[in-house]
Amino acid sequence: MRIWLIMLAGGLLTFGMRFSLIYLFGRFHVPETMRRALHYVPPAVLCAIIFPELLFRAGNLDLSLGNTRLLAGIIAILTAWFTRNTLITILVGMAALLLLQWL
Amino acid sequence: MSEAKKAFWDGVRAEFPLLIGVFPFGMIYGALAINAGLSAFSSQMMSSIVFAGSAQFVTTQLVHDAAPGFVIVLTIGVINLRHMLYSASLAPYLKNLSLKWKTLLSYLLTDEAYAPTVLKYEEQGVRPGSHWFLLGAGFSLWFTWQVSTALGIFLGAEMPENWPLEFALPLTFIAMVVPVLKKQPMIAAAISAGVVALLAYNLPFKLGLILAALIGIAVGTFLEGKK
Repeated sequence: MRIWLIMLAGGLLTFGMRFSLIYLFGRFHVPETMRRALHYVPPAVLCAIIFPELLFRAGNLDLSLGNTRLLAGIIAILTAWFTRNTLITILVGMAALLLLQWL
Repeated sequence: MSEAKKAFWDGVRAEFPLLIGVFPFGMIYGALAINAGLSAFSSQMMSSIVFAGSAQFVTTQLVHDAAPGFVIVLTIGVINLRHMLYSASLAPYLKNLSLKWKTLLSYLLTDEAYAPTVLKYEEQGVRPGSHWFLLGAGFSLWFTWQVSTALGIFLGAEMPENWPLEFALPLTFIAMVVPVLKKQPMIAAAISAGVVALLAYNLPFKLGLILAALIGIAVGTFLEGKK
């Protein structure tokens, strides 16, 4: 039940944001600062998820070389930088993690 | 062929390269959702009710971590804030459409539908039937997302338990964020959000993510304004 309420609220909210300014066109002017701020949503949100995923192990910060996810993540970042290809990045990162865990 | 029909198929064609990239994401989402403990039916329905890739990924993870409902909804809101930008950007081109059209096209307004559509409008402006382009791009994406989700749900149930499947989440996001890190304010927004997320990791209800995202957005906006 809970998951349905979450999906419904999340879906309505998402639709509301997609619909908002298309609907309000001509009645509401988007302030310049807000327009600028929206550009920073993707990098900020994504990094807020990526950093803890790579650096926290079982609730503790792990900066050691034994942190396979951090190493595989760095390999993925380099791959993304050089290839700019999403699928290759995921495949290389996943292969790196499996290999490092196996070593 | 009528203008509308031609515009629709132009949209589908423009969307096609993006669909190839979206298909594996949909599969990964379906597999993650099943492994996070969602039922096959709700995993599938999320793809049509929420219909937003990154938000769905994060939702499955937060459900898995047993975060409270209001935090999950708030997180979906923050992740999807960028859609307001798309809404603002397409609004002038769609202003003469009926409410029905505006509603349908808003529902289909994802990252991947927005990108080719805004390019098309910037190039050609509004023409008779030009909104069918967005319908073609948006609908082909919607259809691909539903099919790939279903396949992921099906395969996810077969996946061995010890596969580090959830690592696909940060990997997907790395692939999305690295190419946009070109200017200093972007890099500063990304790093500050990441560092705050680490510092705020132990905040209750997984609120650290929202706090970190808001601080990153503020840092980027402030630095751009200073230049």
